[in-house]
Amino acid sequence: MSNIFCSSIGKKLIMSLSGLFLVIFLLLHVSINVTALFSQNAYNAACRFMDTNILIQVMVPVLALGFAVHILFSLIITVKNQKARPVKYSVSSKTETSSWAAKNMFVIGVIVLCFLGLHLTHFWAKMQLQHFIGGHGEDNPYALVYTLFGEWYYCVLYVVWIAALYFHISHGFWSAFQTLGINNSKWIPRLQIIAKIYAILVALAFISIPLYFILGLGEPPK
Amino acid sequence: MKFKLKIWRQKNAKAKGQFESFSIENISSDTSFLEMLDILNNRLISEGKEPIAFDHDCREGICGMCSLYINGRAHGPDDDVTTCQLHMRKFRDGDTITIEPWRSAAFPVIRDLAVNRYAFDQILQAGGFVSVNTGGVPDGNAVPIAKPDADEAMDAAACIGCGACVATCKNGSAMLFVAARVSSLAKLPQGRVEATGRAKAMVAKMDELGFGGCTNTQACEAECPKAISISHIARLNREFLCAKLQD
Amino acid sequence: MFDNKLQSKIPAGPLAEKWTRHKSDIKVVSPANKRKLEIIVIGTGLGGASAAASLGELGYNVKIFCISDSPRRAHSIAAQGGINAAKNYQNDNDSVYRLFYDTIKGGDYRSREANVYRLAEVSPLIIDQCVAQGVPFAREYGGLLSNRSFGGAQVSRTFYARGQTGQQLLLGAYAALNRQIAEGKVKSYHRHEMLDLVMIDGKAKGIIARNLETGELERHGAHAVVIASGGYGNVFFLSTNAMNSNVSAAIQCYRHGAFFANPCFAQIHPTCIPVHGDQQSKLTLMSESLRNDGRIWVPKKLEDVEKLRKKQLKPSQISEDDRDYYLERRYPAFGNLVPRDVASRAAKERCDAGYGVNETGLAVFLDFSTAIDRLGKKVIAERYGNLFQMYEKITDVNPYEEPMQIYPAIHYTMGGIWVDYNLMTTIPGLYAIGEANFSDHGGNRLGASALMQGLADGYFVLPYTIGDYLSKEIQTPKTDIKDKAFDEAEKQVKEKIDKIFNVKGKQPVDAIHKKLGRVMWEYVGMARNDKGLRKALDLIEEIRREFWSDVLVPGENTEFNQELEKAVRLADFIETGKLMALDALNRRESCGGHFREEMQTEDGETRRDDRNFMYVSAWEYQGEGKDPLLHREPLIYESVRVSTRNYKD
Repeated sequence: MSNIFCSSIGKKLIMSLSGLFLVIFLLLHVSINVTALFSQNAYNAACRFMDTNILIQVMVPVLALGFAVHILFSLIITVKNQKARPVKYSVSSKTETSSWAAKNMFVIGVIVLCFLGLHLTHFWAKMQLQHFIGGHGEDNPYALVYTLFGEWYYCVLYVVWIAALYFHISHGFWSAFQTLGINNSKWIPRLQIIAKIYAILVALAFISIPLYFILGLGEPPK
Repeated sequence: MKFKLKIWRQKNAKAKGQFESFSIENISSDTSFLEMLDILNNRLISEGKEPIAFDHDCREGICGMCSLYINGRAHGPDDDVTTCQLHMRKFRDGDTITIEPWRSAAFPVIRDLAVNRYAFDQILQAGGFVSVNTGGVPDGNAVPIAKPDADEAMDAAACIGCGACVATCKNGSAMLFVAARVSSLAKLPQGRVEATGRAKAMVAKMDELGFGGCTNTQACEAECPKAISISHIARLNREFLCAKLQD
Repeated sequence: MFDNKLQSKIPAGPLAEKWTRHKSDIKVVSPANKRKLEIIVIGTGLGGASAAASLGELGYNVKIFCISDSPRRAHSIAAQGGINAAKNYQNDNDSVYRLFYDTIKGGDYRSREANVYRLAEVSPLIIDQCVAQGVPFAREYGGLLSNRSFGGAQVSRTFYARGQTGQQLLLGAYAALNRQIAEGKVKSYHRHEMLDLVMIDGKAKGIIARNLETGELERHGAHAVVIASGGYGNVFFLSTNAMNSNVSAAIQCYRHGAFFANPCFAQIHPTCIPVHGDQQSKLTLMSESLRNDGRIWVPKKLEDVEKLRKKQLKPSQISEDDRDYYLERRYPAFGNLVPRDVASRAAKERCDAGYGVNETGLAVFLDFSTAIDRLGKKVIAERYGNLFQMYEKITDVNPYEEPMQIYPAIHYTMGGIWVDYNLMTTIPGLYAIGEANFSDHGGNRLGASALMQGLADGYFVLPYTIGDYLSKEIQTPKTDIKDKAFDEAEKQVKEKIDKIFNVKGKQPVDAIHKKLGRVMWEYVGMARNDKGLRKALDLIEEIRREFWSDVLVPGENTEFNQELEKAVRLADFIETGKLMALDALNRRESCGGHFREEMQTEDGETRRDDRNFMYVSAWEYQGEGKDPLLHREPLIYESVRVSTRNYKD
């Protein structure tokens, strides 16, 4: 194991493992979100579960660490990669097959991160964070969602964010397997398709919530 | 056909380079790209100017000596060829063609379009071999090798070491080059003996020489004149991680 | 006939035991002494790389020089088809003797029996060595090595790695070399060109090399120098050789007294892509292996030829009955697999008769339709896919649908520096291996034998024989590069470079080189005659004068200057062109790749003159502007019966 994380592949290992961890987290997150489509009570119950379940409580700091590590190493890797080409080409790359997302993972990541900040202040800070700092959490999280997604500009921002997230996952998901070496010429296209499907499902599920509310389908908060 | 050429000129490694424009006419569509540059160079010499330095040798796509980043693509707009196999019929009459050297911290420019790729040799010297001396080896048929394995080893061994992967990768990564060698030897029983040490040593040397890391953009695979698959990069990752986990 | 200066040192005894006996007779150097000895190797192709790696493994200190940016670029890499070895894996009654016999016969009885037998004898070891290095040779489903057949042989003994055998073998040797570089036993000098040999007390002791990146002249001393710099095909300007392949290292040795042997024996390869225009820079070879499944033909009717040239007719539209498969017609036993010289001349004969199938009239068809019908497109793609792709990229014609067009081109030079059985030249301490020497292929080389010779010399011959010489040098201290011989050599190189710059004429190097090439192809090419050769000698002299009075080399010496490199090489190509013409004029017989029009049979086959020409011609330099002196080494055949080559039945 000595110096594994000093090597370029070792650093990528961290990116891929933390990335896969975040991909799994997204699945959990979106499953909680979609309960809002069913009923106010269901969503509030799910939120209460997230606030009180011991396993979730333990995992929250781990998740935060996962984000931190993923972001930190992306910075380290990007800086080194930039140094590998001190003089840039005057004509930008016309290579066709590499996907737009693959080439712009860092930029997309930054977009995701910015919106994440916004998102955390709007929701998480008022909900789960309160339980950690001993404050008073939102009594009716559904009401918060109802209000925020009632604003069209917030819905637009949210959709843009999720779109960025879609691109990030569609490359990151299969790329993680490639980095782990769990891949071969047969599985590269398969994993790329699985990644796309996964990214589409997650993105659609996320986007369905603001759509649901902006279309006025939500129940008025109790 | 006629073309407008924008070509990178740089006196030596330390000098500052800039683009210089030329126009060239009466080029047959059957002329190869390098022959077009030959024609330009002979004209420049006759005019008392300095010709454009560029690397080339076999002119049949196997020695890996020619390079050139043409209109935003390593080895130009045709697929699965080196620059020497590129023909002017792949361009439109009147096109402006921008020609740049491979750009990578590990490949310093020697002059104009010629770069120094000694870094590749250094990576291979770190472990791209099987440690057998001449003589005293077993019969060639002593160890059967499954045809699919031999074929896959050959797929990877087709690498000509031209550096298009580095040139085209947005990170200037040499992973495809390293992977081709590691993967080729890893697929053969002869190469397995030293597989763990080889992967570690070659990756360490690659990192040391200033190449970037792989972010799986697949650009290298698209521009590789020998169409070497990134599945070999997956194998390199596997070989490397397994080797490191054993330490 | 006997010449004192040419001691071939062929060991006594029965042919099959000569090498074994010789190995026990020659001296070896102890490991402790090897560490004190230095060897310079020029060139990193199969011969140079394998020799340097093997010598490094033995413990010698080796310096290796290549003109490219990496040893891996050497032109051995372009060999496509395969490598012969007498393994008899196919159970088709192959043997060391049969490979030896085929090579002697293929060479038209102009090579040394003992050398060729040794080559055949070590050939199986090469395959074992390469497999151990991880060379991915083609394999059968059972996991064993696969073979294909090749021109000039009736057995399947050619090992291959798709159409990239040379590349894979070179990468094997280069990997072995890299291992020695990493261990510090070999020091590699890339982008360095040898510009002179340095001799002290009559022995080869070092070189002057130019660092091509900086223009700096460097001195390198050693106890022995090995020339592995390849052939001189680029005398013709257009050849299948790489653009930078050159004869300069060999010619420097020639100027210092190493004899140049059989320069007129140049091989014209039958399957190259035809010339398309006067701006063409090089000719592309399509592997000879294509003749395994491809059939060569021209139309039977001249009116079809006319229509083809006017593009009114596609070749695939010409019916079977109207096609002349002239190789199958003339040589029923070997058909499309006759040796290269025979196939080349047959193509020339048809084109001279007006049957050439393209606008220039210099092309014949190589057709795969029969093979595709028989084996299916998939099998053909597996065997030749990369070659077909290459052909299509260059010509824009899809060979799966229409036949390829091919025409002969200069490919390989059998002649080279004269060496004895130990591969030592007439200069003590100077060795020549691979294509750079003359020793194994006689008048014509069989396909898949160049790789075999390069690796045989480098892996299994030179490492033994060089010890015999070096065992006497163990007391000799490291060569002093401050010796006045180095001063003198460096001064001369500098003067030569200055002289070239100072011509300041009007013509770029390429323009003069093309003129030389045209003269060589016209008069010293596929068919030669007395009058033409004399004319060529005059024209070459004219070109020499033109070079020294009108060449224009821009830039400076102290920088990366590719025009200067070319100019220095061209000066030596001109010298070589003259040697070729002189030798061709002297050899009034047709033999192998050398075809004298005065000496042919009624049906246009070569007519050898064994009574007068069964010898190796070795030319000794006599000074600038003087004609070289001819020495003759008689060829004595003890084991094979010398006969007329017959590929008809």
